[in-house]
Amino acid sequence: MKWIGITLIAASLLLPPLFAGDFYINLASQILIAAIFALSLNLLVGFGGMTSLGHASYLGVAAYISALLTSRYGFGHGTAAIISIVGTTATAALFGVIALRTTGLGFLMITLALSQVLWGLAYRMSNVTNGDNGIAGLTRPTPFGISLDSAASFYWFALLVATFACLMMTIFVSSAFGSSLKGVRDQPRRMAALGFNPWMIRWITFTYAGLWGGVSGLLYVYYNKYIHPTSLSTTSSAEALLGVIAGGSGTLGGPVVGAALVLLLKNYASAYIERWNMLLGLVFLFIVLVMPRGIVPGVSSLTAALRDESR
Amino acid sequence: MQFWIIQGLNSLSLGGLLFLLSSGFSLIFGLMRLANLTHGAFFMLGTYFGAAALRSYSGLNIWVTALGAGIAVAAIGGLFERMVLTRLKTNPLGQVLVTLGMSFIISDACLMLWGGDPIPVPTPQSLQSPTRVYGFVFPTYRLVLVGCAIGVAIVLYFLLERTRLGAMIRAGVDDRQMARAVGIPVSNLFTVVFCLGAGIAGAGGVLGGPLLSAYPGLDADMLPLALIVVILGGIGSLLGAFIGSFVVGFTYTFGTALFPELAYIILFLPMIFVIAFRPQGLFGRVGA
Repeated sequence: MKWIGITLIAASLLLPPLFAGDFYINLASQILIAAIFALSLNLLVGFGGMTSLGHASYLGVAAYISALLTSRYGFGHGTAAIISIVGTTATAALFGVIALRTTGLGFLMITLALSQVLWGLAYRMSNVTNGDNGIAGLTRPTPFGISLDSAASFYWFALLVATFACLMMTIFVSSAFGSSLKGVRDQPRRMAALGFNPWMIRWITFTYAGLWGGVSGLLYVYYNKYIHPTSLSTTSSAEALLGVIAGGSGTLGGPVVGAALVLLLKNYASAYIERWNMLLGLVFLFIVLVMPRGIVPGVSSLTAALRDESR
Repeated sequence: MQFWIIQGLNSLSLGGLLFLLSSGFSLIFGLMRLANLTHGAFFMLGTYFGAAALRSYSGLNIWVTALGAGIAVAAIGGLFERMVLTRLKTNPLGQVLVTLGMSFIISDACLMLWGGDPIPVPTPQSLQSPTRVYGFVFPTYRLVLVGCAIGVAIVLYFLLERTRLGAMIRAGVDDRQMARAVGIPVSNLFTVVFCLGAGIAGAGGVLGGPLLSAYPGLDADMLPLALIVVILGGIGSLLGAFIGSFVVGFTYTFGTALFPELAYIILFLPMIFVIAFRPQGLFGRVGA
């Protein structure tokens, strides 16, 4: 049963570039990018109990650093990527120090406020970030001399990065450290009494999540070859959070499913109506009121119930 | 000299506006333990209501408009609280998410109804002529706005400290379960406070119209300011919201005037400083 599932997933990941058209391959690449982003947010929301409304910061910071370094300062893609990942991780570490002074709703408000600072900077500091015009005319990297300009080659690249990211985050949450993280989420006082340092555990997770947020930001800017302040906006953070919660926070598959759904909804809806933000708001209301635990836990408890029934 | 005085007055008037926005936010947060992310959208809705009303009926008084818009926004807030938020009593995260969803819906509805171009709100005729004090020229409307905010602050203070309703609200802020146990209808208070907060924000939106004008994204501009004010001043504290509003008003105005590109970073310095040394905020009694 398990092997069938794995084969199905592998097939659905490996087959698209072989027969699908460019539109669908690009859509799949976008889903992969959104999935990395949602998984990194899920480290905070699902496994750490830290609901962040500012996760787009890390996507945006990585994308902006890479865009500025390659387009304006003539850096190569390799160096720019390393600097932007280091820079993003440092930003997350700094923001973590500030935001983790509080927990719960205070944490949510501070992460939101901090991400708004970055959004404001991207918008207003126009001599650096080009403001509302964004930075256009970017290029994709050519790792080992392979051009990523075709849809299929970029998909392979994104799939490689996404698999690696997914693996690293899975190892992270299933490690001993991951267990202590879940312990801090559920019983911070007991964990402190046992000699763990809840603050340090949260901060390391926050920084680590920032790092993978940065990785998805790099892919994002490579894919779009363009970056605009809206990538840093609350809407962007909220879309990711919706994906995580809709799919089921605290599971590994949930955020991927959720992110894919949000992205597909956005793509298909925007073909028919202009009102994406309103639809997003309505979906938020619907998910929270009807499926508070998310799709994946909902479905798996349903199948578990069916299995018991058939026994 | 003129520069400092004018900027000082601008800071005061922005601070006054921020108080109208954040006092309700702080009360709601204090009582309901709910970060109402719709608050910026309520403010914007007020501004658009005001802009629409004042532009179509030229004789309309801005105070009447503010009152009307405040009531309208309070009604919308009340409906939202009764129909959605009460269902999520046991799910605080869900509550925050639906307020966020609601703010998207409201801001998109405003965009749909009133379009993407900024709509200027006219300054009332009687307050257009500048006031002269000791040879300095002040825009009268801004002075009146500051007075108005102080008036609201005094009314809220008396409401909270000197009336039975206020005593019940304070009891709910300090210890919700105990308040329930002695027979205070806390759930009804939630609705009252939510309406009150939304209403003040809506009225504040109208009064802020002549300064800010109604534009899409006003909610996203105002909400972080309210968040900073409340984090700075302390959650659920009226005094904290008052002091915090003026601190943010001054830092933002002078930051924009002196270092326009870094204004957004300067704005957050006081907040970061306060969080570092006093996570519950300057006047906060409860932790966030």
